[in-house]
Amino acid sequence: MSEGLLLEVENLHAYIGSPRGVVKAVDGVSFTLGRGEALGIVGESGSGKSVMARAVMGLMPPRSGRTGTLRFDGRDLLGLGRKQLEQIWGTQIAMVFQDPGRSLSPVVRVERQLTEGMRRHLGVSKSEASSRALRLLNEVGVPDPERRLRAYPHELSGGMRQRVMIAVALACEPELLIADEPTTALDVTIQRQVLDLLRRIQRERRMSLMLISHDLHVVAGQTDRVAVMYAGRMAETGASRTVFDHPRHRYSNALLAATPSIEHVRHASLNVIPGALPSPTDPPEGCRFAARCTAATVECTTTQPPMAPIGIDHEVACFHPVHEKEGELVGR
Amino acid sequence: MSSLAGSGSAHLRGDAAILSVEDLEVEYHTAAGAFKAVAGVSFDLLPGETLGIVGESGCGKSTTGRAVLRLDPIAGGTVRYRDDSIDTASPRRLRELRRDMQMIFQDPVSSLNPRRSVKDVVTEGLAIDGRSKKERDERAPAVLEQVGLPSERFAGMLPRQLSGGQAQRVAIGRALALQPGLLICDEPVSALDVSVQAQILNLLEDLKKKYELTIVFIAHDLGVVRSFSDNVLVMYLGKTCEFGDAVEVYDRPAHPYTRGLLDSVPRPDAEGGFEGPALTGDLPSPLNPPSGCRFRARCPIAQDRCATEEPVMREIRPGQYAACHFPLD
Repeated sequence: MSEGLLLEVENLHAYIGSPRGVVKAVDGVSFTLGRGEALGIVGESGSGKSVMARAVMGLMPPRSGRTGTLRFDGRDLLGLGRKQLEQIWGTQIAMVFQDPGRSLSPVVRVERQLTEGMRRHLGVSKSEASSRALRLLNEVGVPDPERRLRAYPHELSGGMRQRVMIAVALACEPELLIADEPTTALDVTIQRQVLDLLRRIQRERRMSLMLISHDLHVVAGQTDRVAVMYAGRMAETGASRTVFDHPRHRYSNALLAATPSIEHVRHASLNVIPGALPSPTDPPEGCRFAARCTAATVECTTTQPPMAPIGIDHEVACFHPVHEKEGELVGR
Repeated sequence: MSSLAGSGSAHLRGDAAILSVEDLEVEYHTAAGAFKAVAGVSFDLLPGETLGIVGESGCGKSTTGRAVLRLDPIAGGTVRYRDDSIDTASPRRLRELRRDMQMIFQDPVSSLNPRRSVKDVVTEGLAIDGRSKKERDERAPAVLEQVGLPSERFAGMLPRQLSGGQAQRVAIGRALALQPGLLICDEPVSALDVSVQAQILNLLEDLKKKYELTIVFIAHDLGVVRSFSDNVLVMYLGKTCEFGDAVEVYDRPAHPYTRGLLDSVPRPDAEGGFEGPALTGDLPSPLNPPSGCRFRARCPIAQDRCATEEPVMREIRPGQYAACHFPLD
C-alpha cells in the first residue's frame, strides 16, 4: 500500500486573526501520510480539521500564519511563495470541497473547467485536453459525458456536480487529493455513490487521499488510517478499524458512543459529552478535552498529554486511555 | 393527475389514532410549473407514539410535517387531529388547534425571534394564548429549567448569544410551554454536532415520557430515526414506500428503496465500508416523476409492470406495509 511517505506534518500551528483575538485553529499537530494511503481526518466543528487541510494546501485566509514543518515529497511547503504554490496546486495536491456549487465557476462550462488546468500545467493541446476531459467524466461516472461537457454547473444535480468537482481535481493527476466533507451536502444514497467513487479512484490511481469528515462512520470504512482531532490538536491516530472498534482516547470513545448507529438500542439514552469546546483564542493548559472528560485528573489540567503508542499503528494523546474492554461498553 | 393516485392507506389504524393523515397532497407552484411535493401520503399515530419519517431531498417529508399544521396549504386528502379536521378548520379554530400541535425546526437560531430575550421567546405561546405578563414571568423559569437552561443565566439572553444546542433547547421549551399533545420535529438535530445532538435527543426522549407526547420525527439520518422512533414511514418523491415498526423495517425492509437507503449507511465493519450494492442513478425531479412506481428508474428489481401500474401500500408481513409490486423477502 504505502511506498514511503508523501506528506510529513510536524508540530503544525495554523493561527487566524479574528476580532476576538488569535484563533489557534491548529495548535501543534503532527502526522504522516504514505504514498497511495487513504487517511481519514475526523472531528466536530472547531476541531481544526478544515483549517489543517487548508494549511497543507497553503490556502490560508488573510491575517493568518503557519509554523512547523510541512514536507511534501521531501519538499518544504511552508517556504514556498505564491508562484511555486500555484505549480503544486492541481498537479501535486488537489482539493475537493463540501459545496461543489461554490467551488465550480457558475459561468464556465464543465469542459473548460476541466481543461483549463491541463492546458496550463500539463501543456497539452486543446484537442488532447478535450479528449482527456471526456475520459475524466467517464472515470467519475458522469452519464452522457459528451453532453455534460457542454453543461454549466447549475444544470447538474448536486451529486453530478460533486463528480465533476472530483474530475476537475483529478485533471492534472495530483499525488494527493484532499476531500473536505465531500459528501456532507449530499443525500445518503448519493453520498454512498461519491464515497465509492473516491475509493475506487484512489486505488486505481494509487493516489494518496485525505478524507475529512465530522463522521467517524463515514471515514472509517473508506480509509486505511484515521486521525481524530479535538480543539486544534490530534487526539488519536491509528488503523481505521482499530480506532473505530477500540477507540482509546476518551474523546473518540465518547464521540462514537454519542452517535446513534442503526444498531443502537431503541429509546435508550445516548451517551452525552457534557460541556462545550474550550475557547479557541485562549485554550486551557493541559489536555483540551479535560474539562469534559469523565476520567480527567489534576495532571490532565496542567500537562499536555503527548502522542504515545498504545498498540500496533495506534497512538493516543491521553494520560488515562480507555481500557480495551471498557471500550466495548459503549451503547452500540 | 387523478386524485386517486395516492399510495394507499391500508396501514391506517382507524379511530384509535390521535393524528390521521389520509391521501395528503401538497402542491408547489414554481416557474417551471406546478407539481405535487406530496402526492397522496397516508399515516397515523396512536397517542404517545413516535413516528419517524425518513427519505431524501424532495421526498416531501418536511412538506408533510408542515401540512399537518397547515403551514403549507393542503391541496387534497384529509388531516384529522383528535376530533378536528385540520384541512377544513376555520382560521380561528386552526389557531386554537396549533396550541396543541407544536413544531420545532432544523435551524434553531433562525427559528427564534432575534430581538426577543430567551424568556420572551419561550413564553411567546403563552402570550398568544392570552396569559398575563405576571403569569408568563412566573412560568418562564420552569420552562427553561425543564429544557436544561438555568433561568438566571439564560432568561435575559438574545438568541444570537446562544450556541446551536442552546437555541434548540429554547425552541423545544417554547413548543412545550403550552403543553401540546402533538410535537412535529423537522430535522431537529441535523444542524448540530454529534455531541450536542445526543444531548438534544436525550432531552426529547425525557420530555416525551414526562408529557406523554405524540411525536412526528422527520429526519434524514437513519440511525437517529431508528433510535428515536416506534414506527417509521419511508418516503420517496412525494409518495410512501414503507411503513412499520422501526426495528422490523430496518432489520427486514420490504421495499427495495428502504433496502437501498439502509445500504447507503456507512458500515465501517463491512468490506468497502458499505453493505450491499449502491443504488444507481440520481433522484428524479419531482416536476416530472416517472410513471407507475416513482422509484422504478433506480430500482434494481423493477419490471415492466412497475412502469404502468402504481403500487399501493399493502401488508407484507404483520404490521409491515410496503407499496411495491415485488416486495423483498
